[in-house]
Amino acid sequence: MLTKRVIVCLDVRAGQVTKGVKFQGNVDLGDPVEYARRYYEQGVDELVFYDITASAEQRSLFIDVVERVAAEIFIPFSVGGGIRDVDTMRTVLLAGAEKVSVNSPAVRNPEIITAGAEAFGAQCIVVGMDAQKVETTKAIPSGYEIVIDGGRTPTGQDALAWAIEAESRGAGEICLNAIDTDGVKQGYELTITRMVSDAVGIPVIASGGGGTPQHLIDAVTTGGADAALIASMVHYGDYTVGSIKADMAQAGVPIR
Amino acid sequence: MPRTSLEIAIIDYDMGNVKSIENAIKHICNYSIVVTADHDRIRQADALILPGVGAYRDAMEHLRKRNLIDILNDEALNKKKIILGICLGMQMLFESSEEGGLNKGLGWIPGTVERLNPGGDLRVPHMGWNNIEIAGEPPLLAGLGEEKDFYFVHSYHANCPAEFVTSRFEYGQHYTASVAKGNIMGAQFHPEKSQGNGFTLLRNFVAIVEEAKKGA
Repeated sequence: MLTKRVIVCLDVRAGQVTKGVKFQGNVDLGDPVEYARRYYEQGVDELVFYDITASAEQRSLFIDVVERVAAEIFIPFSVGGGIRDVDTMRTVLLAGAEKVSVNSPAVRNPEIITAGAEAFGAQCIVVGMDAQKVETTKAIPSGYEIVIDGGRTPTGQDALAWAIEAESRGAGEICLNAIDTDGVKQGYELTITRMVSDAVGIPVIASGGGGTPQHLIDAVTTGGADAALIASMVHYGDYTVGSIKADMAQAGVPIR
Repeated sequence: MPRTSLEIAIIDYDMGNVKSIENAIKHICNYSIVVTADHDRIRQADALILPGVGAYRDAMEHLRKRNLIDILNDEALNKKKIILGICLGMQMLFESSEEGGLNKGLGWIPGTVERLNPGGDLRVPHMGWNNIEIAGEPPLLAGLGEEKDFYFVHSYHANCPAEFVTSRFEYGQHYTASVAKGNIMGAQFHPEKSQGNGFTLLRNFVAIVEEAKKGA
């Protein structure tokens, strides 16, 4: 049986793990490889490294992190942030990542999804999307709008429609991040998670809001997600990946 | 690189991430590992690994462009060199695939590669950790823990005669997880990304190569 995945996301800035709240006010936490190893030993199913800087100088620090992780951590991991085109995808894949996650650039230029899927296979291309709850309108019938640039820029585009388009353009997975719940540990945005999970045939990762094991259980049951992404609930030592997975298994969720 | 008596060559044909396979094998043994498309290096190696991420047609085309098909045929079929195909590399061991139109494979093991069709609300690609059910006593899968989970990520599967199937996984229905035909072995999953169970498999692989070398 395929198990539900617990994915830990590490935001990396200047070679350090960092964590912000609602995309603002970041705190540096430590060495990404050390963090990765800790979660690996706790039984995490997958890791995501997100480069939250874009300067060329820090980019090379980030690639160095990716290479070190690949040499020491033997589970799949993906890389997001700074993925703009096939060349930036190739750089991180050759450094040892399994998958790349592309967010705002895919909204601006959806062709990038197809180009990536053709070059590396659909399973390599994760489309990350930030969704924000808005009033339901004709243009946004789901009531969730895509926002880009780290939550700063509304696009007027419907989140559900975008998820469907991303799949049709060759995405192998969707990472759905809810802006309103991100970093506040009050649970995932289950409504849009369920809508997207029902509408696409590719795996969906719920992101933004995980604060207790019950939140992850809700994401993969009520939300219909295949995986749940967490960060702060393990970074600060409130929980371990092992304890979260034990609670999920206890609730009947298939877990590795 | 320590000078040792065994060399394992990972075939480099520009189909995805070979680095993680190299990293994982280095992690479990001190033998020499080379990532190469060089014909002489491939001929000299004691064992070969055929990796692969991406599309079937591209993969066969890349092998062809590097003039690797005749050499691999000779190594696998005449010299009986130990070969492990991983993911797309395993799918290429079969006669053909329906991915992107009908494409010919290496044809070393009878069977065809077909699109996963798990039904229900099960998703494709099949992505994540799935346990396997072992058929018989394949040496590659000896000594795994009680939970036989491996990391899978694929949209196609190998449909082949049961005699070549060494393990299956359940995803809506039963599909081929690993295969063997004499010296030729394959895994649909990624041992290099499967933590403890992956290391066990790779250690078994190295032990099989050691045995073969001793017997030669």
